[in-house]
Amino acid sequence: MTAIGWIQIIAFFALVLLLTKPLGLYLYRVFEGRRRPLPRIVGPMERFFLRLCGVDPSVEQDWKEYAFSLLAFSLFGMLVTYALERLQHILPLNPQRFPAIEPALAFDTAASFTTNTNWQAYSGESTMSDLTQMAGLAWHNFTSAAAGIGVALALARGLTRRQGPDGAKTLGNFWVDLVRAVLFVLLPICVVAALFLVSQGVVQSLAPYRDVTTLEGPRQILPMGPVASQEAIKEFGTNGGGFFNANSAHPFENPTPLTNLVELLLIFAIPAALTYTYGRMARDSRQGWALFAAMSMLFFAGVGVCYGAEARGNPALRGLAVSQSTGNLEGKEVRFGVAASALFATVTTDTSCGAVNSMHDSFTPIGGLVTLANMELGEVIFGGVGAGLFGALVFVLLAVFIAGLMVGRTPEYLGKKIEAREMKLAMLFVLVFPAIILCGSAWAAVAPAGVASLGNAGPHGLSEILYAFSSSAANNGSAFAGLNANTPWWNVVLALAMLAGRFLMIVPVLALAGGMVGKKVVSPGLGTFPTDGPLFVGLLVSVIVIVGALTFFPALCLGPILEETLAGGGRLF
Amino acid sequence: MTTNLLVAIRATLATLLLTGIVYPLSVTGLAQLLFPSRANGSLVKDERGRTVGSELLGQRFAAPTYFHSRPSAAGEGGWDALASGGSNLGPTSRQLHDRAASEVGRLLAEGGGPGPVPADLVTSSGSGLDPDLSVEAVVFQIPRVAKARGVAPERLRVVVDGQIEPRELWVLGERRVNVLLLNLALDRWFGAGSSPGSP
Repeated sequence: MTAIGWIQIIAFFALVLLLTKPLGLYLYRVFEGRRRPLPRIVGPMERFFLRLCGVDPSVEQDWKEYAFSLLAFSLFGMLVTYALERLQHILPLNPQRFPAIEPALAFDTAASFTTNTNWQAYSGESTMSDLTQMAGLAWHNFTSAAAGIGVALALARGLTRRQGPDGAKTLGNFWVDLVRAVLFVLLPICVVAALFLVSQGVVQSLAPYRDVTTLEGPRQILPMGPVASQEAIKEFGTNGGGFFNANSAHPFENPTPLTNLVELLLIFAIPAALTYTYGRMARDSRQGWALFAAMSMLFFAGVGVCYGAEARGNPALRGLAVSQSTGNLEGKEVRFGVAASALFATVTTDTSCGAVNSMHDSFTPIGGLVTLANMELGEVIFGGVGAGLFGALVFVLLAVFIAGLMVGRTPEYLGKKIEAREMKLAMLFVLVFPAIILCGSAWAAVAPAGVASLGNAGPHGLSEILYAFSSSAANNGSAFAGLNANTPWWNVVLALAMLAGRFLMIVPVLALAGGMVGKKVVSPGLGTFPTDGPLFVGLLVSVIVIVGALTFFPALCLGPILEETLAGGGRLF
Repeated sequence: MTTNLLVAIRATLATLLLTGIVYPLSVTGLAQLLFPSRANGSLVKDERGRTVGSELLGQRFAAPTYFHSRPSAAGEGGWDALASGGSNLGPTSRQLHDRAASEVGRLLAEGGGPGPVPADLVTSSGSGLDPDLSVEAVVFQIPRVAKARGVAPERLRVVVDGQIEPRELWVLGERRVNVLLLNLALDRWFGAGSSPGSP
């Protein structure tokens, strides 16, 4: 590790910290404020869009209507993307004349982008037409992110709204949240970010690929496409689906260390800001900062361990005449080096982004362990756009419940009692996730069609399987990409894992919100456990880590941890 | 319920049109207007005005008179810009170890050096199209290139120093050298290093 490496990490975090309050406040004004910002510019567009969709913004929905709207919208979106993929050979904007996508891959990709996962079993530059990329995939980058924000807002409203005695049961309106998230938040910032990325070298063109003769003579075909517009929303909506196979490691997606920093900031911006928005909704910004503090502690733990492991280099190369002072560079780009690569790997797995600027499969065992663990903790370290906040709030309820058990008092959060129904739904949320990952991995490890795709042998092979299911269930989308996931078995199984990891977790969250919103608020007493201080932050971090560790430690022992001990002894596979 | 289904269909089409069509096309228009060279791939030309590639994408160099890029895992033979990606070999992969060992042997036999080989010369990048090398990896190759071109290593060092890109904003990323731009600079200073590309 070097001082300059740590300066990059700390500078990045300082910028996130600086952005959190202003952006969080802006989000609060957009979604909860009485007067929304930019009334002259965005206001008319908002009214036009709501009218176009046939939505009356003054009508709110209960949790079932909210969930139904989200599910219906996701279903239609998935169908449209599937159709675009299957028909791309006869649709316009296909300068390379790519053929139609075959059914299993088209299903997997449609599920992947609908669920904000952006797992990619294809190589964009040789598979997807410009139209499929723009309209089939990048479109979902907006809408799935907006839907995630909606769910987070619904849960936050459920927890923070104070109802009169008649106790209204509504959580907001999904369509209004969706339209506002796109028009006020995602679209304007993406236009600016995309143009900045182009100015630094990210391509943005609808022309056919360029055929050039290189300096030494061989030809090289340079891919083109509407990359920058997709790149901006790919990070800002924590989607992560690269235009090219190499994702943000590709110089046409992420050409310089400065674009790398901007992409990192785009990933963390909304998830961090939403903690502040939440604090405002709770009428006590300390509630939001407590979440921010817990997330920051886990972030620094992850990036410190990952950077340390990568900076030490690969033990397998120690016997050779190789200078590894620059760290483990397999799968990493020279312009980023190990510090910015370890930082990106941590940020992308803390959130549900899944963009990569280096190949996680080639990380050292401990570096790779950090990326796996980040996802398996439930992506609550800032987490996905919206998904991070609602995931973290479920852990908050769990922590409050455990604290309640310890003092023998009915637990309450923000003055609302947490009872059996809430804990059942929270536990459903907490259990669905490891069930998908562990059952899926176990199946893949014994199914011939599962192990046939492995790219590496030994414990690393198991890590590849675990990573695929963790990434799918957590809707992350990054990969230990040695695993060849473009087979019918993997495409279908992982698509189901992604759909389950998204919707089987969102529905309990909305049900939880629906139950909480009507509860009476009791004023805090002597026995109320304060949820805005360091003690609570410590408890929250412990609950997140203990739940994750108890669930996944045995599997991780057989994967990265075993690999680390064998690597130290020079074992190769 | 039916209302929400109808709204869902309308919202699907409206967002598809706005974020899937209008947004990328507007950004394309603005990008082509404001940053045409960048938006179209940052192409570079040699002295004779022939386009030889993109400044941002690495390419294969094998001639002894040129500095060589890192190993590439993009496509079967490497440097295939239609198949970007890394090797995805794990840290305990025997294949990774053996490839690095043979690269070390080759680089030392070609007359690079002295001393241990910088790690970037024996590892493949994430994209397989890494345009850069660390300064150490370039300096390591100076003896070989100097001998092949019949130029004093000190003169080469001057050209190399002129091509070093510092960290951005003092702290971001790593110090590096763009291999294509460096080799073009060599050709400008000392004459073309390779003939296959000439007409």
